[in-house]
Amino acid sequence: MMTLAFPARVLEANARVYRRTFRGSVVSTFLNPVLFLLAMGVGLGKLVDAGSGEASLTIPYLTFLAPGLLAATAMTTAAGDSAFPVMAGIKWRKTYDAVLATPLGVRDLVGGHLGWIAIRLVFVTLVYSGVMAAFGATTVVEGLVSVLPAVLTGLAFAALVTAYTSRIKDEQWLSNLFRFGITPLFLFSGTFFPITQLPGWIQPVAYATPLWHGVSLCRGLALGVEFGVNPWISVGYLAALVVLGSVLSTRFLTKRLVK
Amino acid sequence: MVAGRRALDNRAGEAFASSPTVESVTPPRYRGAAMAEPLVIAEHLSKQFGDLVAVDDIDFQVRRGEVFGFLGPNGAGKSSTMRMIGAVSPVGGGNLTVLGMDPATEGPRIRARLGVVPQDNNLDEELTVYENLLIYGRYFGLPKKVINERIDELLRFTQLDERRKSRVEPLSGGMKRRLTIARGLINTPELLILDEPTTGLDPQARHLLWDRLYRLKQEGVTLIITTHYMDEAEQLCDRLVIMDKGKIVAEGSPRDLIGQHSSREVLELRFPVGTQEEHAANLHGMASRTEVLPDRVLLYTEDADEAADLMHARGIVPESTVSRRSTLEDVFLHLTGRTLVE
Repeated sequence: MMTLAFPARVLEANARVYRRTFRGSVVSTFLNPVLFLLAMGVGLGKLVDAGSGEASLTIPYLTFLAPGLLAATAMTTAAGDSAFPVMAGIKWRKTYDAVLATPLGVRDLVGGHLGWIAIRLVFVTLVYSGVMAAFGATTVVEGLVSVLPAVLTGLAFAALVTAYTSRIKDEQWLSNLFRFGITPLFLFSGTFFPITQLPGWIQPVAYATPLWHGVSLCRGLALGVEFGVNPWISVGYLAALVVLGSVLSTRFLTKRLVK
Repeated sequence: MVAGRRALDNRAGEAFASSPTVESVTPPRYRGAAMAEPLVIAEHLSKQFGDLVAVDDIDFQVRRGEVFGFLGPNGAGKSSTMRMIGAVSPVGGGNLTVLGMDPATEGPRIRARLGVVPQDNNLDEELTVYENLLIYGRYFGLPKKVINERIDELLRFTQLDERRKSRVEPLSGGMKRRLTIARGLINTPELLILDEPTTGLDPQARHLLWDRLYRLKQEGVTLIITTHYMDEAEQLCDRLVIMDKGKIVAEGSPRDLIGQHSSREVLELRFPVGTQEEHAANLHGMASRTEVLPDRVLLYTEDADEAADLMHARGIVPESTVSRRSTLEDVFLHLTGRTLVE
């Protein structure tokens, strides 16, 4: 039981810190899906559906978009929470050093951090799925069904980005992560259009990205459309990334903080 | 465990209206610590970072109830030693026992009974004073009710009770430091480790801090302090070691160290720039030892006034003359051949 009690203390601390800063984040949690679904789904979707879009997608664009956007939002939320706050803990405020002076260790730190992000992701994706249903993009049940794979997608990114942040020395690399990593993934992982639309040579890259698997799972489960690949492969892939990211995070943070 | 967090409560009730002065911090006497059990035992302790030997084969013991100091310039290996005692940094070589346990295998159990006040305050500045303490108490797994009682006491003790709901960020350096000390005491540790507790604080904040640390000692808390201030070491420490380049170059009580390694008094002379060496040669034989610094010449003597008379009799007239008692800085200078101000 000790093994779980220790990370739980870190999780609790994260929750307390969040309580202090949650107002801004709650607004964006609600506002983001509303804005995106309005602009992309309703606005752009009308054009897409008037053209050849609905025929080739077999569903309205708004419906096509919503579950993918859910996975992508889980990704950006998790990446954001694992970049700047982690850098603050390591370098800016050094609060991780303060934690490591208590009975807790690096593993507890990583476990508590990811555990807290999982809870955040459940909340964010639940709100998102509610907005999706309110827009008529999906039914309530369809929305709820896609919460679980979205959380898994987010966790994979949380673990990987935490490892990344633990490794870099200069915060410059955080903006680069979003500029060259998260944003391209957001745009080109099948969220806004099927990746078969991409040039043939780049398609294998898209298939390898974690977000594509997340989008495939969310869309397939929510809408009953065909998965991009066997869903168990996607689940296994994302779960493996969670494990890999956690192991690397622990290793890098140990190297960095326990000198 | 620690005698009387309740007593701490009473003390905090004492009026502390006037700002503390040097006189309010009586230098602690070295009483009976030799009898007490050792809480920290280091034998041939070392630590390397790549090619750099930060701590080089040192031995020391810290006994229950004493204030033990590590004095030395930046880079002497003080913080590395602290981090090993704090069971955060793995021991590089030799043996270390903290509270009877091996940090390599029982780190969490050791840390549960330690208080740590690091060089950087590393507080969560977005949170309030209260929240910082609450979260820290929870890291130790203490029940919220217990933590709340301790927060009340600790905020009174560190004179932060009126800041309970303030965010940390706008607080003064002295307040943040006291909050970090309160945080380090949240688990009622037997041993409190302070890494340069007053670096960067103004004189008044330093004296207030010294007073609080002295009270903690009276409560029976064992303190380990690093510092590069001689006056701090003299004020607070029962025993100390002087570190230089990773090694311990001297050990003892401040008084013993001065007695062993320096004369009773010092005559400080200032001559026109570039003539120090020349004048120093003329001073030969007037003191047990002469030290020529870039800006001053120091004469080590049992009676500084007598030495001054002798000097005047020889017709030597410096630009300025100061006679004073020997300090730890003189000991350090003698042992390492350089001043400690770094």
